[in-house]
Amino acid sequence: MEQIIREKIILVKKGDQSAYEDLVSFYQNKIYQHCYRMLGNAHEAEDIAQEAFIRAYVNIHSFDEKRKFSSWLYRIATNLSIDRLRKRKPDYFLDAEVKGTDGLDMYSQLQSEGASLVEEVENNELQRYIHTKISELPPKYRSIIILRYLEEFSLKEISEILDIPIGTVKTRIHRGREALRKRLRHV
Amino acid sequence: MKCNAETIGLMHKYLDGDITTEEEQQLKYHLEDCEACQEHFRELKRTLTLIQSAERFEAPANFTANVMKNLPTEKKQVKYLRWFKMHPMLTAAAVFFILMFTGVFFTWEQDNQLVVSKQENLIIEGDTVIVPEGEVVEGDLLVKNGNLIINGTVDGNVTLVNGKLIDDDPLDNRGLMASVGEINGEFESVDQTFDWILYKLKGFAKKVFSFE
Repeated sequence: MEQIIREKIILVKKGDQSAYEDLVSFYQNKIYQHCYRMLGNAHEAEDIAQEAFIRAYVNIHSFDEKRKFSSWLYRIATNLSIDRLRKRKPDYFLDAEVKGTDGLDMYSQLQSEGASLVEEVENNELQRYIHTKISELPPKYRSIIILRYLEEFSLKEISEILDIPIGTVKTRIHRGREALRKRLRHV
Repeated sequence: MKCNAETIGLMHKYLDGDITTEEEQQLKYHLEDCEACQEHFRELKRTLTLIQSAERFEAPANFTANVMKNLPTEKKQVKYLRWFKMHPMLTAAAVFFILMFTGVFFTWEQDNQLVVSKQENLIIEGDTVIVPEGEVVEGDLLVKNGNLIINGTVDGNVTLVNGKLIDDDPLDNRGLMASVGEINGEFESVDQTFDWILYKLKGFAKKVFSFE
């Protein structure tokens, strides 16, 4: 698999867009899911995941093929997500019009989300609860917990993805685990 | 509470796989005696299991298409190259025909001058080639861009390109024509560009398939 990915990247570097399409469809779920967990909603997740793939394409020449492409993608996606979280306006009102929709506001979003939730509440209640608890962590712990336990990267890979020393990764993962332990102990 | 801070540090080392055997023993002994730490450790491990069952999300169906739509456009050159790579036979055929036809047209365009195959005893008057009466021309005769009058005999094939075979005496009727000049071989007249191409192709095919 790694070899196929590497070959595709070489083609993309030569300017072949259709090779990039294969890469996007291969990684789309992982990157989208990562953004969703970082941002907590589908709309921003799609927006940022898309932006991440576009950035990766535009900057493909700065990517070193000897390294892992997935780490590089996660790095772009994580940085973009954290940027978005920082820029998020405190006045994120429910009646603000949702970008890219026509006259839809957050109320209608909640409604549609609520409808699908009712159907699957039996199976997904706990899963969603856990997701919510992870989303409530401060971003610097959240990103590491997600990368470690949901995307299953090693501590060393996480330190590369986030470009922070491995010691810092460990400190944050300890704090993240403790924070989650407190939030999930009653489940 | 002092036992907690130290032991919890060991628990996290354990969870990261960083713990030494010595430290692991230390943790084990402590857990046997301390119920609070035991509970803490159990909760941590349980939390990790729980995290892994967090809700999963899939990208929307049109995600890849949307990304591709928003990419900057690729170089045209690559698009063509990819097409060629995908259709090697078509590409080979196309290259072959392009080379061939440009070659043929090129010679066609250049050949506006009168060309006559090298034979003795031919008379050339302006753009007309005459095989004089009583003479025998040996070998194949080729006339390009000129007219031909045969009063004598040609001992071989005659090819006439872009020209006409002229009956020298307009008063003669057609029946007599053959008796005036004689061709001891095939006569071929090529007038149109298309015929010229066919003629070339024929020559090419003969060359390819002859084993001489």
